[in-house]
Parts: sequence; C-alpha cells; structure tokens
Amino acid sequence: MANLETMTINMGPQHPSTHGVLQLVLELDGEIVKKAVPHIGFLHRGVEKLSEHRTYHQTIPLTDRLDYLAPMSNNLGYVLAVEKLLGITDAIPERAQRIRVIMTELTRLKSHLVWLATHALDIGAMTVFLYCFREREEIIDIYEKVSGARMTSNYFRVGGLSADFPAGLEKEIRSFIDAMPGHVDTYEGLLTGNKIWQKRTIGVGRISAEAAIDIGLTGPALRASGVDWDLRRDNPYSGYEKYDFRVVTAEEGDVFARYKARLDEMRESCKIIRQALDALQPGPILADAPKICLPAKKNVVNTIEGLIHHFKIVTEGFKPEVGEVYQGIEAPKGELGYYLVSDGSAHPYRMKIRPPSFVNLQALPQMVEGSLLADVIAVIGTLDIVLGEIDR
Amino acid sequence: MSEHAAVGKLKEKFSAAVLGVAEFREETTVTVKKEDIVAICTFLKEELGYNFLCDLCGVDYLGESPRFMVVYNLYNIATKDRLRVKIPVEESDPRVDSVIGVWGTANWHERECWDLMGISFNNHPDLRRILMPADWEGHPLRKDYPLQGPGREPYQGRLS
Repeated sequence: MANLETMTINMGPQHPSTHGVLQLVLELDGEIVKKAVPHIGFLHRGVEKLSEHRTYHQTIPLTDRLDYLAPMSNNLGYVLAVEKLLGITDAIPERAQRIRVIMTELTRLKSHLVWLATHALDIGAMTVFLYCFREREEIIDIYEKVSGARMTSNYFRVGGLSADFPAGLEKEIRSFIDAMPGHVDTYEGLLTGNKIWQKRTIGVGRISAEAAIDIGLTGPALRASGVDWDLRRDNPYSGYEKYDFRVVTAEEGDVFARYKARLDEMRESCKIIRQALDALQPGPILADAPKICLPAKKNVVNTIEGLIHHFKIVTEGFKPEVGEVYQGIEAPKGELGYYLVSDGSAHPYRMKIRPPSFVNLQALPQMVEGSLLADVIAVIGTLDIVLGEIDR
Repeated sequence: MSEHAAVGKLKEKFSAAVLGVAEFREETTVTVKKEDIVAICTFLKEELGYNFLCDLCGVDYLGESPRFMVVYNLYNIATKDRLRVKIPVEESDPRVDSVIGVWGTANWHERECWDLMGISFNNHPDLRRILMPADWEGHPLRKDYPLQGPGREPYQGRLS
C-alpha cells in the first residue's frame, strides 16, 4: 500500500450534468469515488418565508416555481392542502377533479420526458433528447391553451380551477395520448436493448428497499427498489380511486430498473388520462363556496353579493380556522408534501414543503460511493432532481 | 371520531411523556415531551410500524411559551397510515435529540431545521447549514427575522 492519496475534485455548481446548480465535492481514488458531498442552496428563494406574508391564493404562483418541470403537480399539492385545511375537500366538483387528474398526469409525462431526455443525453444518447423534447412541446402547448403559460401554469385554484378547458382541447389531448405509447416504444427501442445503455445503467447506483425507505426515497426511485407504494392508489386524492392503473415496481433498485419503471409509468399515465377524458362531463369547475372561490365575472358586475365576495377575497383573502394539516401527493418525482399551519388569519402561519427531490438527493452519496466517477452522472440523472424544489 | 390506535399504545407505554392529542381534519397530532423523542420514535418505528419519516420541520410560535415546535410527519407504508408527532422546544434551550438513528432521512431535514429555524440537534453527525451560505447569520424562518433580510429597510409596498 504505497500511495493512498486521494484527489478531491469539484463538480458544479455550473456543470451541465448536475441538472441545475448542484455542487458535488468528490473524493477520488483513481476513478473510484470514495466520498461524495452534495452542496445545495444556490437557488434558495425563501418560498416558505414568502408564503407567510401572502394570502393563500397568492401563494399558488410561488409553488409553480418549485419543481418547474412539473408546475401543476406542485399547484395540486398546495391547493389540496389548503382545501383540507378549509374542510372543503368533498366540495370540489367532479369536472374540476377530472381535469386536475388529466393535467397532473400530463405533467407527469412532461416531467418524465425531460428526465429521460437529459438522463440519456448525460450518458451519451443524443437522439432520445430530441424526440423527448418534441413530445414535451405538445404538452407545453396544451399547458398554454389551458393556463396561458408554457411553464408557470398557476392553473389550479383553491376550490377548483381558474378556467375550464377551451373548446377542442379534449380532442387534442386524446390524439396526443393515442400517439404517446408509440413514442415510448420508440424511446425503448433506442435504449433498452442498447448495449452501451445497459453497460452504463445495469447494476449502477443500486439501493436496497430497506436502505431506500430509511433514507426517504419516494416515487419511482423507491418503487424500482421493490416497494409497492403509490399515494395515488394508497391515499387517493382528486378521485384517483376511480381509475384503473398499475403501480409499476421493479426489484433490482439500479439505474436501469428506475429507467424501466418511469417508462412504464408513462404508459400508465396515458391510460389514466384516457379514462378521465372518457368520464369527463360538463359541469362547474369551482366549488360552491362563495367566501373562498372567486365569483364568475358576470356575477361580479351584475350582483352585489358577487361584487362583495370578489372584493373581500381579493383584498383580504379567506381565513381558515386554527389548525394544521399535511397533504402528500404522488408528484412525478415522489411524495410532494405540504404541511400547513393556520393561526386563523388570511396568511399561512407556516408552510413547510416536503420536496421529493430534496430527500431523494440525500441518497446520492450512498449510491455512488465505491463506484466509478462516470456513474455519478448516471445516478444524478436517475434521481431526477430539480434544484428549484430542493432549494425552494 | 375514535381515537387513533397508535395513540392508545403510546399513552400506555409513555404515559408521562404524552402532553396532548389533537384531531383535526381526520389527522392525529400527538404532542410529547422532547426528552423522550428518540425513545418514542424508536417505539413508533419498531413496534407500530411507522417506518417512513415524511417530513421534519420546526414551527416558530413567537410570543408563546414554549416558543418552538418540532414536527415529525410519520407514515406507515404497510398500513398507509399517517401520524404527526410534535415536541415543544423552549427558546432558552433550542436543542433536541437527533432521530437519525431511527430514520436516516432525518439527516438533511434536521440540517434544514437548524439552518432556517435555529433548532440544533444533539448527536447529529454533520450539523451544517444546508440552504443558506455557511457564514450566514441568523435563522430566516424565525418569525422575528425580517422578510427583507437583516440590515435593510422593511418592504414599503403591499404584501397582500
């Protein structure tokens, strides 16, 4: 044992494969990673502190900017938490719930497409990147049609939605999900049987089910280690219990298993969207709660009650009773939780966000220690992190 | 609503440590003494199956005594059941025993709680700031920490 010197190298925060501003300090022995220390916080904007100074409705656009690849999932988790705090969970109209499911499943597709695109690009498969972004563009177009924005949608409201689907959109979504499973097959055709892809992913970044639960992994990363847990099925919200879908699991717990699990999830999402579209009926999109939901414009200009409610909600907001709730949803990256404390005022007294990426990133050191430097890139990709929600 | 099954067992085992039980929107919150938090968490995990720590955070009730609460949101993957445990923490002694030994995931959560709320954790192996820079002064999520940050004029515009 002559020379045991190790070399410390710095990776990021400006590095294309760290998926944002993540810094890793790696201690290397040759090409073997001895120690990996992630440094985060470069994108910290104090969302939790800001929310304490805004009304409940004004906090919704802040949530868009957490996981900016899946803004509607963040919106949904937040509005569900506020609805629970208000006790109006059961008052959300059927149509609003169906549209929420459609949009969050499209969001899952959108998030997984960016994950696959960048993950494959990191490992050297350029073509997949271009295909994925082509499909993602279609979802972004749908986003724009429903909410007016391509990325920061701010579409859901406490009590329902900000607007109904525009005419013809259902047909567009249907033709998109008709084509999507074929696209997933194309990605699989490029990658699954590819020897380079297999060499770079099989057996890499392995984590056992016990270790994954202990470190707090959620979402596809946990399910690929053999833990059969999906909040959409196990603690259903927004009417997920009405849909027939498979919770995708795998046993190996490596990068390849997580890749397969996410691809299968994309197929399942298409199924859920199709069922929701089939069952979508005309109806109201906001709960009948005039002190909470903004009235329709025609009521604001034609009725005195509408005008008063509009004025009160815009100037004061609504005041939930004193209490605290935790609402977790199955976001594309794992369990996204909102813990809200109300002191009876119009502002959240405390909002704690449990971002899935924050907790999943914590597993990175134990996944990469002892493996090759090149595997670090594959593991960052497979964890599907977004620094916007890690740093908040 | 009937009492949460875990609460009865907790009261039986740690009768002196359970300070209160609250039910709100079908969620159960148990407030316990901070001295017993590791023993209680171990019991909850080993005996009652709460094997998943979803979230850990601090809440600042400025003006009340005790000033802080540390909140543990637990989940049982087998029974799909949630439980919330809270411990009151005095401002004069903002120190809590770490639960990393029970759930490894507590590591970063506790670092964040220290960083943003100023509650430190005994026996934590790596209690550094996580979101704020290492040389930052103060703990931004405390209620007496100004929204605009230290050393700046308060915001003059409308906040809501």
